[in-house]
Amino acid sequence: MELVSHIPEGPLADKWDDYCSRTKLVSPANRRKLEVIVVGSGLAGGAAAATLAELGYRVQCFCYQDSPRRAHSVAAQGGINAAKGYQPDGDSVYRLFHDTIKGGDFRSREANVYRLAQLSLKIIDQCVAQGVPFAREYGGMLDVRSFGGVQVSRTFYCRGQTGQQLMLGVYQALTRQIARGQVVMHPRSEMLDLVVTDGRAAGIIVRDLATGEIRAHAAHATVLATGGYGNVYYLSTNAKGSNATAIWRAYRRGAAMANPCFTQIHPTCIPPSGHHQSKLTLMSESLRNDARVWVPQDKDDKRPPGEIPESQRDYFLEREYPAYGNLVPRDLASRSAKRAVDAGHGVGPNDHGVYLDMADALERLGREQVTDRYGNLFEMYRRITDEDPYRVPMRIYPAPHYTMGGLWVDYNLMSTLPGLFVIGEANFSDHGANRLGASALMQGLADGYFILPITIASYLSGQVGREKPDLRHEAFQATTDQVHQRIAALLGASGKRTVDSFHRELGQICWNECGMTRNEEGLREAIERIRNLREEYRAQVQVVGEEDNLNQSLEKAGRVNDFFELAELMCLDALHRRESCGGHFREDYSTPDGRIDRDDENYCHVAAWEFSGDDQPPKLQSEPLQFEFVQLAQRDYR
Amino acid sequence: MQFQLKVWRQPRRDAPGRLEPYEARDVSPDMSFLEMLDTVNEGLITRGEEPIAFDNDCREGICGTCGFMINGVAHGPRSATATCQLHMREFADGQTLVIEPFRATAFPVIKDLVVNRGALDRIIASGGYISVSTGSAPEANNIAVGKDMSERSMDAAACIGCGACVAACPNAAAQLFTSAKISHLGLLPQGQPERYARARRMVAQMEEEGFGSCTLYTECEAVCPAEISVDFIARMNRDYLKVGRRGQRAE
Amino acid sequence: MEEPAVGPQNVYSDNSADQSSLMKDRISHFYRSAVGKKAIMAVTGMVLFLYVLVHMLGNLKLFQGAEKLNEYAQWLREVGGPAVPHTGTLWIVRVILLVAFALHVGATIQLTRMNMRARQTRYQVYRPVAAGVASRTMRWTGVLIGLFVIFHLLDLTWGTIHPDFEHDNVYHNVVVSMGTWWIAAVYIIAQVALGLHLYHGLWSMLQSLGWSHPRLNPWRRPAATTFAVIITAGNILIPIVILLGWVR
Ligand SMILES: Cc1cc2nc3c(=O)[nH]c(=O)nc-3n(C[C@H](O)[C@H](O)[C@H](O)COP(=O)(O)OP(=O)(O)OC[C@H]3O[C@@H](n4cnc5c(N)ncnc54)[C@H](O)[C@@H]3O)c2cc1C
Ligand code: HEM
Ligand code: HEM
Ligand code: SF4
Ligand code: F3S
Ligand code: FES
Repeated sequence: MELVSHIPEGPLADKWDDYCSRTKLVSPANRRKLEVIVVGSGLAGGAAAATLAELGYRVQCFCYQDSPRRAHSVAAQGGINAAKGYQPDGDSVYRLFHDTIKGGDFRSREANVYRLAQLSLKIIDQCVAQGVPFAREYGGMLDVRSFGGVQVSRTFYCRGQTGQQLMLGVYQALTRQIARGQVVMHPRSEMLDLVVTDGRAAGIIVRDLATGEIRAHAAHATVLATGGYGNVYYLSTNAKGSNATAIWRAYRRGAAMANPCFTQIHPTCIPPSGHHQSKLTLMSESLRNDARVWVPQDKDDKRPPGEIPESQRDYFLEREYPAYGNLVPRDLASRSAKRAVDAGHGVGPNDHGVYLDMADALERLGREQVTDRYGNLFEMYRRITDEDPYRVPMRIYPAPHYTMGGLWVDYNLMSTLPGLFVIGEANFSDHGANRLGASALMQGLADGYFILPITIASYLSGQVGREKPDLRHEAFQATTDQVHQRIAALLGASGKRTVDSFHRELGQICWNECGMTRNEEGLREAIERIRNLREEYRAQVQVVGEEDNLNQSLEKAGRVNDFFELAELMCLDALHRRESCGGHFREDYSTPDGRIDRDDENYCHVAAWEFSGDDQPPKLQSEPLQFEFVQLAQRDYR
Repeated sequence: MQFQLKVWRQPRRDAPGRLEPYEARDVSPDMSFLEMLDTVNEGLITRGEEPIAFDNDCREGICGTCGFMINGVAHGPRSATATCQLHMREFADGQTLVIEPFRATAFPVIKDLVVNRGALDRIIASGGYISVSTGSAPEANNIAVGKDMSERSMDAAACIGCGACVAACPNAAAQLFTSAKISHLGLLPQGQPERYARARRMVAQMEEEGFGSCTLYTECEAVCPAEISVDFIARMNRDYLKVGRRGQRAE
Repeated sequence: MEEPAVGPQNVYSDNSADQSSLMKDRISHFYRSAVGKKAIMAVTGMVLFLYVLVHMLGNLKLFQGAEKLNEYAQWLREVGGPAVPHTGTLWIVRVILLVAFALHVGATIQLTRMNMRARQTRYQVYRPVAAGVASRTMRWTGVLIGLFVIFHLLDLTWGTIHPDFEHDNVYHNVVVSMGTWWIAAVYIIAQVALGLHLYHGLWSMLQSLGWSHPRLNPWRRPAATTFAVIITAGNILIPIVILLGWVR
């Protein structure tokens, strides 16, 4: 396997345009004869499926939910970035590019990120035309707000439901193609394996979740847009069904996995309320625009927040980062909160939170404006905690949220397996070691609407005139058999422990040892423990129900099975990266005052792991990152 | 806390089903309703019994996957709240909770509390979009949208597609859902060219799917987690009735 | 009805073909659609409502004495003349009423069947949280009104069941009829049914016709209530004052 990034030559600003004018195309008449599988119907997958269908390709689209509209992109709250520069605050494509590279702690590709920043402009146009009801000013023009990690206002939003509205825009476009018969939609269908013939991605094996039927699908190219793997931590802000199965199975079939240890812990989530907790709820980062984060200065101060005088509060973000204050990037905000809690200043049940206080904003803006901006978030907070954020400061704590790591892709968004493309959160993406707020939606839509439909053509042009892979090919049969065996093994294991109880334990290990902070010893131990737990899992997990029926414990069991393997690789990657950068914080490679200590000498690269068998350690390859246009620098938000 | 549950169990789509009694013990008031069911399921699995199947995904009240009837009310007793956002503190200790799937002929039961709501997707597919292909959009700020219009459109667009309106409606009507989508697009300047044709097609598909008609019971509005107003139904009716006068001619 | 298969892919109709066929039989399609039927119900309901309103106002002439009322009744038969023949206008009104009534009831029956088909398996436990008595009893109050109208015609138009019917003496007929306690009771019960039917129906009518606007919406409910109360109160007043012997 060789990592060739296929980045075009030329000046940064011209790379993409040059690429577009030179790349090989497929004529409209030939597109009709080419079939593409798109797994995932979120912003990335849905946009790609719709656009490919508009171009005339025949598309098969899959999602595990009962409707494509429910893909987890729907849950994004805060907003979407675009360098429209509608406000004279000095924003530009270059600044968005630079902010993203810097925010990602210089661990992403310049060319990809620049392209992303360029395309951000078209995304907003597209969404508005589709009828996404972005917030407006009284004059009828688009409103923007600021978001963590940047000093300009470039975030477009729809109340606290931006992801939902963008998702509906994508869903509508997708649905139009479904109605035309150009996309065949397969909801409640979970991809369980990738089929490879002659070294190329040939199709997928899917389980119909309603009937249990296992089916094979073949196509000229396969696109994975299956989202992130944050659920490896069990408790995360991801949907319960979010899973790594698609990308993990692709990895096992030959696609390299890049930077799996780059995970993002979001600073503003509602703290868990007890052992029963099944997932964590995010409070949009946009709150940090107007809220102030603090803890009591005195560890033993157990007074209600309202009674703690100003002078005895520690506004630790403002203190530590005077320039950015409460708007520092997520990784820094999360770690500061953890430090405060670890030092004993935590508040709320189990002292497991810090205050996110809107009192100043309520005074400055008035209740009405605050309600206008954050009303639904407040309502959500109140429903979950039974506390009124208008009167009492909210309590927050960091939680796993996003995974920057994912399948390795080149500039074309193609993985190391020819014919397998990966877009959206599922690829290792443009966010380096830390993603800036409101940039994932931007990336998903850029990938799906504007990049993949062009780059996939250069691959498909080589497929013109060929039939799609034959379902009778032995690889399809063999892979289908393996899927059946895996299911049989899970149903056959005889124990008394539920899938969830294993998953919870796995998540705990990952959270403690490969979460906000990591170190050599902990990671080694974690790998050991994960392996042992996995053995126990395979022998002892209790899965009831039938194969040929809706069976939710079987679904979970398969997903957790893959999380076990992924968790191990994640720890291995974290172990290998002996530096701190972005969300990857190695206690043993940080400055004495607890700051990031990047090692550009040795780790300015993408770590791509290649599967080499169940009993072999994976092979590591690295893609060096070259910075021609920006200066490598220590991130400084102080 | 503890609760007596009576849960609809139905192994397959065409199999008969019935209410089965279960007990939920050691329930914390801070648990969400689904977390309460999770613990009941954990117990069932360890005893080798099939867990209760119920749909859910985001558990944040936004994806619209979850939902069933709790004591005869879709999404349970708390208004403007999806089942996944409902917490056990809303109930009295020791209460009996009857849990049934959303019922409508257009929503066949797949298993236990899981139903097929594909009919809602087909309503959208019949015209619930603006026909604009990728790449053909003009500069975003060339289209001015008054704040009021944009906010009203957003009020309608907030629908999470859960189907509770259908489940709660004595007529099993999908009018609230359909009208929300028609209004979301119909209120925006971008949605004008297809406005009346959209209304006509979506209404036609809605009825084809076997949903009922609207008697203005307003049960739908009362259970809707996104607080969609029945005023949008009037708007839909108006757009539909205008078809004969304005919409058709334009085509 | 055939149940839709799993997943949205199977039943999408081809919109472009759909379009031309719809154009051809617009009216039949309009009537086939539930929204169209509701519009018809609303329009016929409005006609019936206007009749009942005018009829109620006319009936209040009772308080002006026998002469005025009988004159009025006579006028009803002459109005429009000589352009239209004797009782011509009255017959036009009767035909409109009859057609409206038939369409109203016809649509009710069809929609009711559609609604029953829409949920074949009923809930074991169902608790309404918003719908009031009026909306939930529309069918029953409607039937009651229908029965009442037959009774009413037998009583005051044809005199079949009237204890002492006199042609062309409307005042006498009314006073005698309402003076009989059980007939008065029938009237009062019917007016309550009518009131409930209109309390919900008038509001629903505005909805069915799409008469909604952010500025109009706050007034829809109160307006419907007001008219329902006026009609019910106006009508009920008559049997009550007669029973009490205030009008003889
Ligand atoms: C709570 C929350 C808030 C967020 N807020 C923001 C924000 O404000 N701004 C921002 O920019 N980003 C935000 N993000 C991040 C952003 O939402 C996601 O990164 C992005 O939406 C991912 O889109 P996607 O298309 O890659 O994947 P998803 O939307 O997750 O879609 C995955 C799709 O793949 C399908 N799928 C998955 N596995 C399988 C399988 N095995 N077989 C078949 N189908 C499968 C699913 O059905 C689904 O359709 C937020 C994320 C979360 C969790
Ligand atoms: C046999 C007699 C009648 C029956 C069975 C009947 C039944 C009904 C029913 C069931 C509805 C609700 C329909 C729905 O929303 O699905 C309705 C609506 C209505 N009815 Fe009647 N009705 C009758 C007579 C009348 C009369 C005499 C009047 C007028 C005085 C009237 C006025 C209305 C109005 C205004 C509506 C509202 C229409 C709408 O919702 O759009 N009805 N009727
Ligand atoms: C207490 C209330 C009412 C009184 C006192 C009353 C009185 C009368 C009288 C006296 C007539 C005969 C008029 C004539 O022959 O010239 C009449 C006719 C009629 N009334 Fe009423 N009425 C009442 C309520 C109603 C209501 C509620 C309805 C409808 C729902 C109704 C419907 C009719 C109809 C359809 C006729 C026949 C009209 C015709 O000649 O074609 N009435 N009423
Ligand atoms: S209108 Fe409300 S109840 Fe109906 S589907 Fe939408 S969100 Fe659910
Ligand atoms: S409950 Fe049903 S009758 Fe109409 S107002 Fe809602 S759809
Ligand atoms: S699970 Fe997503 S709305 Fe309830």
